[in-house]
Amino acid sequence: MEEHEHEALPPAVPPVSRRDFLFRLGLVLNTVAAAFVGIPVLGYIASSMFKGKAQQAWVALGNLDSFPTGQTRLASYRNPFTTPWDGATADVPCWVRRKPDGDFQVFAINCTHLGCPVRWFPQSGLFMCPCHGGVYYEDGSRASGPPPRGLYQYEFRVRGGHLEVRGGETPNLSEAV
Amino acid sequence: MNRLRALGKWFDDRLALGRLYDHTLGHRIPLSSASAWYVFGSATLLCLIIQLVTGICLALVYVPAPDQAYASIEYLDYVQPLGWYLRALHYWGSNFMVALVTIHLIQVFLFGAYKYPRELTWMVGSGLFLATLGMAFTGQTIRFDQDAYWGVEIIVSILGRLPLVGEYATHLLQGGPIVGSETLSRFFALHVFVIPGLLIGLLVVHIRLVLVLGISEYPEAGKPLDKETYAEDYEATVARSGIRLMPEGGGKDLVFSALILTAIILCAAFIGPKIPNGPADPSLIHTVPRPDFYFLSLFAAFALMPPYLEGFVIVYLMPLAVVLLFAVPFLSRGAERHPSRRPGAVVLVVLVGVSLVTLAYEGVLSPWSPEMDAWSGQPVQPQFVEGRSPLEHVGATLLQAKQCRNCHALDGKGGKRGPDLAGVAMRLTPDQLVRQVLQGGGNMPAYGKHLAPHEVSALVAFLETLHPANAAPARNSAQPSGGVAGQPDKP
Ligand code: FES
Repeated sequence: MEEHEHEALPPAVPPVSRRDFLFRLGLVLNTVAAAFVGIPVLGYIASSMFKGKAQQAWVALGNLDSFPTGQTRLASYRNPFTTPWDGATADVPCWVRRKPDGDFQVFAINCTHLGCPVRWFPQSGLFMCPCHGGVYYEDGSRASGPPPRGLYQYEFRVRGGHLEVRGGETPNLSEAV
Repeated sequence: MNRLRALGKWFDDRLALGRLYDHTLGHRIPLSSASAWYVFGSATLLCLIIQLVTGICLALVYVPAPDQAYASIEYLDYVQPLGWYLRALHYWGSNFMVALVTIHLIQVFLFGAYKYPRELTWMVGSGLFLATLGMAFTGQTIRFDQDAYWGVEIIVSILGRLPLVGEYATHLLQGGPIVGSETLSRFFALHVFVIPGLLIGLLVVHIRLVLVLGISEYPEAGKPLDKETYAEDYEATVARSGIRLMPEGGGKDLVFSALILTAIILCAAFIGPKIPNGPADPSLIHTVPRPDFYFLSLFAAFALMPPYLEGFVIVYLMPLAVVLLFAVPFLSRGAERHPSRRPGAVVLVVLVGVSLVTLAYEGVLSPWSPEMDAWSGQPVQPQFVEGRSPLEHVGATLLQAKQCRNCHALDGKGGKRGPDLAGVAMRLTPDQLVRQVLQGGGNMPAYGKHLAPHEVSALVAFLETLHPANAAPARNSAQPSGGVAGQPDKP
């Protein structure tokens, strides 16, 4: 453990001087420069936080005929906003249920507990989660286990014989699609 | 020889290496600080060096883009000469680094070495500990296999539970609204630039603190620390019996580090790298994500805690744990350093250690995860169907067909999420079985809508047979006839 004192400047240097002014000016200029670099950097990084809703769009899930009445089938849509190097990650799976009356329900694949992919079992009419055993009924409502709510559902519409969903966002508790 | 010496002097005149040595490796430490217990920090440093070297090499081949990341890892494993070996070194180096930094932290805690004047050293060390965990997590993520993909989804779900900022936090981490190329790039940048930069910066401060403050003496019971005289005493000890950090004090570090290095090399050569478990393709939903071992306890904790606690744990408890870690030197202010005089500290370490190990063990077994293909892959064992009536056979078939076995084992075979059904007839009366099947409850869904009345009767008839031959099934004492499910009681 040693102590260290800054050496005093030789007395010949006048206390306030052009050097002093230059030093202060330098500080100000560099602060301005730092702001010009720093603010864009923050904006660049933070821009991802606000992409949300703007990236949602209607995307086709498939022909109406590919969803027989009374069945629940796995479908997937291509994320509306992708980069060329996104690969398979842009193919988002979801469960499409065609109710006996012909109406649809489109469920996100993600368990509402911690996001694991749920699986559909037609024999028992249940969605089961492989992670912690969350279970949902065929209409997506919560049946049992740790999930705090039923499955997330996508908005959908039928256009020209096609089922379309509003995709582009992975649902979680803070944004349930 | 004289030539050589002259050459050495020529360099020394310019680089002042001798003086550098005196202030660093050659600086004097108390004899007791050269304890064989004090080897974990230097061994962690060795791991860091291995990680840096192998990591840079891996970055020469690895492509941080979702469409090619997986292929580039396979390329490393199977095509690139010695790629598998460097991946293995990097993988095992990380395992050892996490283990050693944890042991280092525990040892410093138990020896009270974080006490005056080394509070800041502890805090910087805590930062290094967290940075190491951050490296481990980002590292397993950029392997970008199915575990990695769903691991990120899980973290995002956790962040999504934060009140108010949830949406922004998830988007910031994902680099957008879904897990994709920007997510991987983010984790890659964190793994190779941001966290290593932070880690090296903190390490410089950590080492600087060690050099300025010296290495704490081996703790002695009944020799409390006195802030007034500590500096003087330390200097006096060093003056009396000080040895140089290198070579006298560091022999044990070198030997221990060499052992660790050998262990890493052996693991890498004989066990090899972690094989990625399938490309990160979200449409391959037949996956059961598992984190690497260091996060198994956290993973298990989230599986086991009651759902109503999750929000509280995420928002308050986890940040609080981090704050507490940093605040250790200010919370534990006693003057005693030796563990025998600090039973609280020992109990705390044992408690935390036992909980983490138990949780990790549970994490490996994951009894809370249903066995998703048990219904088709684990038929009812013969001893449960032998000599049963047709109705009971139908019940056994239904037990399979309705996926009951995904959560319910029969004599240990099948999912462990729910109770084992062998012997269930001893616990529940027929009426209770019917109610449980139809209405669910506990962690079981209600099957009312998907079982016809005759199916319920068959299923319960089969469940009724599940009791040891020499023990009677449970009966409702208010119904002397025993009340067979699905059949009206005879008057
Ligand atoms: S993630 Fe589905 S139950 Fe936990």
